[in-house]
Amino acid sequence: MNQTAVEPKIRTGKKLSRQATQLISTAIALLALVVVFTLSNPNFISMMNILNILKQASPIIIIAIGQTFVLITAGIDLSIGSVIACSGIVAAICMRAGWPVLIAILIGLLFGVAVGAINGLLIVYGKLPPFIATMGTMTTVRGLALFLTQGIPIGNLPKGFTQIGTQRTWNIPNQVFIMVILALIFGFILAKTKTGRYTYAMGSNYEATRLSGVNVNRTLITVYMFSGFLAAWAGMIMTANVISAAPTAGDGYEMDAVASSVIGGASTLGGEGLIPGTVLGALVIATLRNGLNLSGASPFIQKIIIGIVIITAVFIDRFRRND
Amino acid sequence: MSEYLAQLLDISKSFPGVKALDHVNFDLRPGEVHALVGENGSGKSTLVKILSGVYTKDEGTILINGEETVFPNPRAAQDKGICIIHQELNLCRHLSIAENMYLGREPKKILFLDQKKQIEDAQAILDRLNVDLDPTTRVGDLTVSKQQMVEIGKAISTNARIIIMDEPTSALTVKEIDELFTIINVLKREGHGIIYISHRLEELAAIADRVTIIRDGQHIATLNYEDTDQEAIIRYMVGRELKEKFPRVPTNPGKTIFEVKNLSAGRAVKDVSFSVREGEILGIAGLMGAGRTETIRAIFGADPKDGGQVFLHGKEISIHRPLEAIETGVFCVPEDRKKDGLCISMPVYQNVTLPNMEMVTDRGVVNTAKEVAMASATINELSIRTPGVGQTVKNLSGGNQQKVVVGKWLVKPAKVILFDEPTRGIDVGAKVDIYNLMNELKKQGIGVVFVSSELPEILGMADRIVVMCEGRVTADLDASEANQEVIMQYATQYM
Repeated sequence: MNQTAVEPKIRTGKKLSRQATQLISTAIALLALVVVFTLSNPNFISMMNILNILKQASPIIIIAIGQTFVLITAGIDLSIGSVIACSGIVAAICMRAGWPVLIAILIGLLFGVAVGAINGLLIVYGKLPPFIATMGTMTTVRGLALFLTQGIPIGNLPKGFTQIGTQRTWNIPNQVFIMVILALIFGFILAKTKTGRYTYAMGSNYEATRLSGVNVNRTLITVYMFSGFLAAWAGMIMTANVISAAPTAGDGYEMDAVASSVIGGASTLGGEGLIPGTVLGALVIATLRNGLNLSGASPFIQKIIIGIVIITAVFIDRFRRND
Repeated sequence: MSEYLAQLLDISKSFPGVKALDHVNFDLRPGEVHALVGENGSGKSTLVKILSGVYTKDEGTILINGEETVFPNPRAAQDKGICIIHQELNLCRHLSIAENMYLGREPKKILFLDQKKQIEDAQAILDRLNVDLDPTTRVGDLTVSKQQMVEIGKAISTNARIIIMDEPTSALTVKEIDELFTIINVLKREGHGIIYISHRLEELAAIADRVTIIRDGQHIATLNYEDTDQEAIIRYMVGRELKEKFPRVPTNPGKTIFEVKNLSAGRAVKDVSFSVREGEILGIAGLMGAGRTETIRAIFGADPKDGGQVFLHGKEISIHRPLEAIETGVFCVPEDRKKDGLCISMPVYQNVTLPNMEMVTDRGVVNTAKEVAMASATINELSIRTPGVGQTVKNLSGGNQQKVVVGKWLVKPAKVILFDEPTRGIDVGAKVDIYNLMNELKKQGIGVVFVSSELPEILGMADRIVVMCEGRVTADLDASEANQEVIMQYATQYM
């Protein structure tokens, strides 16, 4: 595509440049963290630790991508933490029943898509606020996870499955590959396709988008299906990584996803957000956790610090915008 | 005591890249209405924002009652008795009239609110204005015009001497405008000074004592209204002679393009029928609340229909959603551009392409070069003033925003375009551009439906006029048999 000629013209818009500054400032924050942690502990910058951070961040990045889509439409998806657990359990049950690994994964992913579709239908046709609809499915799906397992994790999963989360390819953990591929696909969808444009438009002005002839119902349901699909992928990775499907997995992850998106520049009021920003935002959180761990900070202190970082990030953004 | 309530002397203000005001003078005497007019982007709102403390001036002097004053913030201006009644009203819908009037400065008895005094005080203000309202009524239950009166009451309850009204009549019916003018006369008698901003120049004759015209940040003229007339003011505003305010093109109407039969929708639209012929503009006139916008929305599929049929070129079409209307070639320029017409935080080109995505995508993938080409063509065609296709729509003036809303429907071939108040709140120059565009569409054989609350433009542009009242069609007139009196008679038939 010959875009070199048109890019400079488009850049006269303030919007893009602001998004660019958001990306740059998130990247600078990440870099600053890396520098600080490296100075306090040289082991931090080792290849092994960096891959470790990426590995730890992968599930959060994957769900945060879905959450970013949802936030851009001015919605929220609280069900993704539960979907992580339950999709893993659904896949595990299939595998324990002797089904092929690929089929089991597919069914697990379909489960996530189905929960997303239910969220979308409740919001579009049930006219429920996204917060309420997805809070309802969050509880329901978590309950389903507990019921299906009777509260006991399902272990003994086939090797063909667990290697997703335990093996490396070219010395890079497999889940990092999966994360990168999903980030590229969904980053492309958001930035370069009709569905992506409609996602932004709905968040900017839902009514104007509907009156422009956009099939807003279908697009909104699709967005929640994306979120469910990505949450299910995170579920596969996490289940494979710990070699068992636990009904309590992913508890509270939905908020990490919101935090990553928001640090990366998404607005809970809709209309704003970028996948590269979200990836950086998730990396900021993962780096903080890892660095604080290495320097021996208590996990309780970590929570305090991460909370403060989220507030600061959004505060700085607000401040800059009012300027 | 100075002769003037306020004097703004040699005020200049620059924003990055623009000189918004260049040594502008303005003054206000007690007991007068001083109209401030100019095209969108001329600098009149900047001037008013400087007087009310929203912006600080770069140069110049502000005298209030003859004393030099500096307003670092809006609060300081309020303390000096300056109050703005905004176009968008700033009231809490869930609170009562009295609670709104005294919000933030409620009368207190020791620690507790003195409800009784608050209600009495509010009642006294309403009586002063001759407004028949109960101060305990919830503001959300009032009409826009009554809410505006509450705002005015709130202003005078703070002892504001200088009241700035920004497009106060844009959402009012003719009757309500009369009521507003009565109140303004009360304010004048009490010695308040009123700065009156309006695009509706024909109102000025009824209300303005003096008029100041601003163009491109420059003070052009300050005139006694009795020494001037509308044409002269327009000339000053646009800096050129507008050949015709309403550039009507006579045509011979052909066969019927579009027909609505016995349409009903909700409580607002009852048994509405009308048709549009080839080569004519059909005007729909009526008062606020007559059901015109609701009719348009129901036809377009924005709201559900309860009954009735719609025909396009003699064939019945069924429209349940805007998507279906657009697929059949029926487009709609909605009444409220910010609420229904634009994704205000998105760039110009994305707004233009939003309903036309299939033309700039290849298997779902957006081709940015095609988008930019489409938007550039639209910008040229409608002479939209924007620094570039990537400019955020929020940063355009009202008239240019409206052109973007119109422009997004000029890409695909249209059969019928429904214009709902397409010229509301935009300047004279942009209005004429939109009129010319409607004429162009009508020449191309596209059905043009034109809803407007401004009778002069309906009379000036429409070839046939349907009048609505209380959700029903009360008249279907040829332009030659219509005039303001006749239309008003039909528009108030059931009242």
